[in-house]
Amino acid sequence: MRAFTYERAEAAEAAAGRAADPSASFIAGGTNLVDLMKLQVLSPSHLVDVSRLPLDRIEATEEGGLRIGALVTNSALANDERIKATWPLLSRALLSGATAQLRNKATTGGNLLQRTRCYYFYDTTSPCNKREPGSGCGALEGFNRIHAILGASEHCIATHPSDMAVAMVALGAEAETLRPDGRRRRVAVEALHRLPGERPELETVLEPGELIEAVVLPPPPKGRQLYRKVRDRSSYAFALVSVAVALEVEGNAVSSLRLALGGVAHKPWRASRAEAALLGQPATRDSFRAAAEAELAEAVGHGGNDFKLPLARRVIAATLADAAGLTPEAEEGEPV
Amino acid sequence: MSQLDSEQDVAGVIGRPLDRVDGPLKVTGRARYATERRDGGARPAVGWIVEAAIGHGRIARIDAGRAERAPGVLLVLTHENAAEQTPYGLPEDAGRFTQSRAVLQGNEIRHFGQAVALVVAETLEQARAAAALVEVDYDAESGRYEASPEDEGEIPDSLDGGGQPDLGKGDFDAVLRSAEVSLDQRYTTADQIASAMEPHATEASWRDGKLTLHMSLQILASGKQAIAQTLGIEPERVRILSPFIGGGFGSKLGVHADGVLAALAARELDRPVKVVQHRRNLFFSGPHRGHSSQRIRLGADAEGRLLAIGHDSLQPMARRYQFAEPVASATRASYACDALLTRHRVVPVDRPPIDSMRAPGEAIGTPTFEAAIDEMAEQLGLDPLEFRLRNAPQREPGGGRPFSSRDLERCLKEGAERFGWHERPVRPRSRNDGRWLIGYGMASAVRPNLLMEASARARLGGNGQVVCELDMTDLGTGSYTVLTQIAAETLGVEPQRVTVELGDSDLPQTSGSGGSFGAGTSGSALYRACLALKEELARIACEHADSPLNGCVPDALELAGGRLSGRRADGTAAEAGLDAIAALGGPDGVSAEGSIEAGQDHEDFAQYSYGAQFVELGVDPASGEIRLRRCLGVFSAGRILNAKTARSQLMGGMIYGIGGALFEEAMMDSRRGAFMNRDLAEYHLPVNRDVPDLEVVMLEEPDYRSNPLGSRGIGELGICGIGGAIANAVHNASGVRVRDFPITLDKVLKGLETRV
Ligand SMILES: Cc1cc2nc3c(=O)[nH]c(=O)nc-3n(C[C@H](O)[C@H](O)[C@H](O)COP(=O)(O)OP(=O)(O)OC[C@H]3O[C@@H](n4cnc5c(N)ncnc54)[C@H](O)[C@@H]3O)c2cc1C
Ligand code: SF4
Repeated sequence: MRAFTYERAEAAEAAAGRAADPSASFIAGGTNLVDLMKLQVLSPSHLVDVSRLPLDRIEATEEGGLRIGALVTNSALANDERIKATWPLLSRALLSGATAQLRNKATTGGNLLQRTRCYYFYDTTSPCNKREPGSGCGALEGFNRIHAILGASEHCIATHPSDMAVAMVALGAEAETLRPDGRRRRVAVEALHRLPGERPELETVLEPGELIEAVVLPPPPKGRQLYRKVRDRSSYAFALVSVAVALEVEGNAVSSLRLALGGVAHKPWRASRAEAALLGQPATRDSFRAAAEAELAEAVGHGGNDFKLPLARRVIAATLADAAGLTPEAEEGEPV
Repeated sequence: MSQLDSEQDVAGVIGRPLDRVDGPLKVTGRARYATERRDGGARPAVGWIVEAAIGHGRIARIDAGRAERAPGVLLVLTHENAAEQTPYGLPEDAGRFTQSRAVLQGNEIRHFGQAVALVVAETLEQARAAAALVEVDYDAESGRYEASPEDEGEIPDSLDGGGQPDLGKGDFDAVLRSAEVSLDQRYTTADQIASAMEPHATEASWRDGKLTLHMSLQILASGKQAIAQTLGIEPERVRILSPFIGGGFGSKLGVHADGVLAALAARELDRPVKVVQHRRNLFFSGPHRGHSSQRIRLGADAEGRLLAIGHDSLQPMARRYQFAEPVASATRASYACDALLTRHRVVPVDRPPIDSMRAPGEAIGTPTFEAAIDEMAEQLGLDPLEFRLRNAPQREPGGGRPFSSRDLERCLKEGAERFGWHERPVRPRSRNDGRWLIGYGMASAVRPNLLMEASARARLGGNGQVVCELDMTDLGTGSYTVLTQIAAETLGVEPQRVTVELGDSDLPQTSGSGGSFGAGTSGSALYRACLALKEELARIACEHADSPLNGCVPDALELAGGRLSGRRADGTAAEAGLDAIAALGGPDGVSAEGSIEAGQDHEDFAQYSYGAQFVELGVDPASGEIRLRRCLGVFSAGRILNAKTARSQLMGGMIYGIGGALFEEAMMDSRRGAFMNRDLAEYHLPVNRDVPDLEVVMLEEPDYRSNPLGSRGIGELGICGIGGAIANAVHNASGVRVRDFPITLDKVLKGLETRV
């Protein structure tokens, strides 16, 4: 860790202004940033602590949604009665992340902007285009078990590790931000993160010093909500593949669907192809499988993560089937 | 002393589930670990290790100038200014725990992450910040980092634990060829790392040419030798203190870079220096377990009698660090056969030390072997339980010696009964619970029982307090508690009156903690010390002029409730408190020593601890995820010294085995020789939710051929076999055989995908 200066922001406007310098950084819960600073993966010269800003409330919106302050902790959000009752997908996603201790510190804004867990990003002796633009990508031909199969580039195959963000995308949430010049805007969470392309060091569309003030949930999508996270152990591990779904079936056909994937791309992945393929289709295993295949048509593995292709296909289909209330396959006794 | 020996006194203390005597110290934070001393001495400076960024080659240039000028920096040690030490790994014929562990000598890089500098500053933050300013250029050379299954490998000098690299009997090839049913499979296990809760850590200080190290270390006597050897000073000038250790799992058997670096820097600065390896350092500056490739061949007749058992193991061995894991050790003792072939080979690699990790050998050799046994049972159409029972050997299949005790079959039967093994799904993939495919698996656990050398001192003060002293360590396993019980029972006093002092290399020498021999070895030495103390007390009681028992016959004294009683020659009764007798012995009371070493029984008899492991789990047919539902271990490890700590050890062992079977894998990038998942977020150990209900059953059966206490090793027994039981249950649930450990979901998925 390098020496840095620190200030505690008293007002959002001032905070945004103070962090406009690219070598400055906001800090909220610190559960991600401090680790990266200790390893000198990130070495901001100035920290603007936003954790005391009055952005820790969850309020109902006129549209029937919720405005979630950027400093609401992951624990508070997951355990909010309104969230549990109406957006259970979000609660499940949050509770599947990290540990209780971490969730007590982690904030809504920080969770959205947490960095990748790519091993090479963490190891400052390795090449990594994200950490050191132009140095190469250590993961491409190295260990890439946890890496992307969708939307990656030859410059970076990292994934975005957040569970919460995947749920937010499925739920159609928007981030409310404040820019250093004082202007506010709304960015769909789905459009907040970028694909790596040639500039993997740029992870979001936010400007330096742009503060997330809140995340706004629209009214809940129709149908049953599920979050299924597949990981290397039953808790305290990042998603290899996760599936966030809100599915409604009318008659026998899919009448409404929102589907997002985690662990597969540089951003929480909205599965629009699968959504399009399924709307109006019969809610059967076959159509779910076909939708999964459509979504993954352009997916590629890089060796260590090849298994994510079949994994994603199977888990998307199984989660859709669960959401549609089909009997578990194991009980049908048919090969999966 | 016949009546004194009959232990009618505070009998039954040994074995009781006594709470940990050091528990209150630990939960109140008063148990001070290596670098947590608060004894008012000079505040230690703090060292930070700068790691080599290449796997093999040389340092071309190192410039510490900027680091030296950074705020708070006191010293930067590099190979250019570090004091000369005995070259690393010398003397060659000394064991790995007493050889030189020199650091910062010459510009050679043996392995990635090797210390190339130590930055010492007033604070940790200053040292860490300055460490980034040390400039190092390398001439990298291509290295060899892995053993591949195609390698022939070399024959190691010996195996950890002393076994022969090659052991067999009969004409293996011929017998295997003649077998009606046979199996030839390759299994692999991954690189693993102990990464104990407390990292390797040392605080060093020098005074009048004497070095004191507060160090997290399992074996003090050899550690002291290693430090003396490295620094070229007499062992008498080194004292190591390690009263509390936050886990070691074998990784702290020997001294590592933190210890030597701290000693060098403290001497240079004439001030205490502490060096704590951080979590990422541990992967390079602590030892790890090497991956293995194992070929297992089995041959049986149609009735399921095993004829041939073959187990070949190939592992990497760090250059200049002789160590080979006894992967086939349990294979040599598990089942009867006509022909046996077990061979161990190693491939020298440019890696950090590869060394013992909990249950060296069995932890990775029993999951594979017991999985192969299951495959064989399936081929034979036999219940895997029945198959194992049918092949119980009368004598040690490898060595031919009789067993000191053979309890495996009792464990298997008892376990099957308790677990409800007969209700298992016989056909693979034939049961489900909701979306989960359910499977049962079982395996045997076999682990060699060792007795090492140790001595101990017991002293009874005039205040009636017993003080036991030995350089044994307590890794968190319960040594303090068990030793308290042994002294209390042997001397007939309440445990509250016993104080056990451990973890100081100035105390009588033991073999420390390792190889599951700690409690039995140190406990036996202490037991003998206590017997000798009783004898001495009886002598004083009968001979001392001021003793109320003067004139009694020592052999006819009785000891009960802390009092000695007897009759004088004239028939009058007399008695006295032990404390009063001790006071007669002098101002410090009376003390005596005792010692132990392996005797003829360890030559003549094959000694093992046993167990049977049963597992029920679920496999998700979509993802291949595995969730354990319940585990049962039935164990036989001789006399149980403390029912609570023994159970904890066995349970901990089972959890460790779960980790090896399902999660643990240190990922080495073989392009550079670097481990990549160097933290506990990405190096996966089991978390609470991964561990189901664990039932532990101990079948007590004292084994006095093992040691005078009748106990056998327990610490690593719980690990043995459970990985095999899990692999077998995964197959039973899903129909997929995974032969590469850890069994991660991608491997299961591969099998699920190829199913039609
Ligand atoms: C061991 C471990 C396991 C974990 N497992 C999971 C998991 O399974 N799933 C999962 O989803 N997460 C997991 N996490 C990540 C955890 O969720 C994040 O660390 C946490 O959400 C980050 O929130 P924070 O408030 O601590 O962010 P900080 O560390 O304070 O900040 C993170 C980043 O966000 C920026 N930032 C913070 N707030 C704002 C704001 N209001 N506006 C603009 N920028 C802001 C900071 O500048 C920084 O760049 C894990 C973390 C750890 C350490
Ligand atoms: S995948 Fe991205 S983050 Fe990882 S090494 Fe490559 S460039 Fe860096």
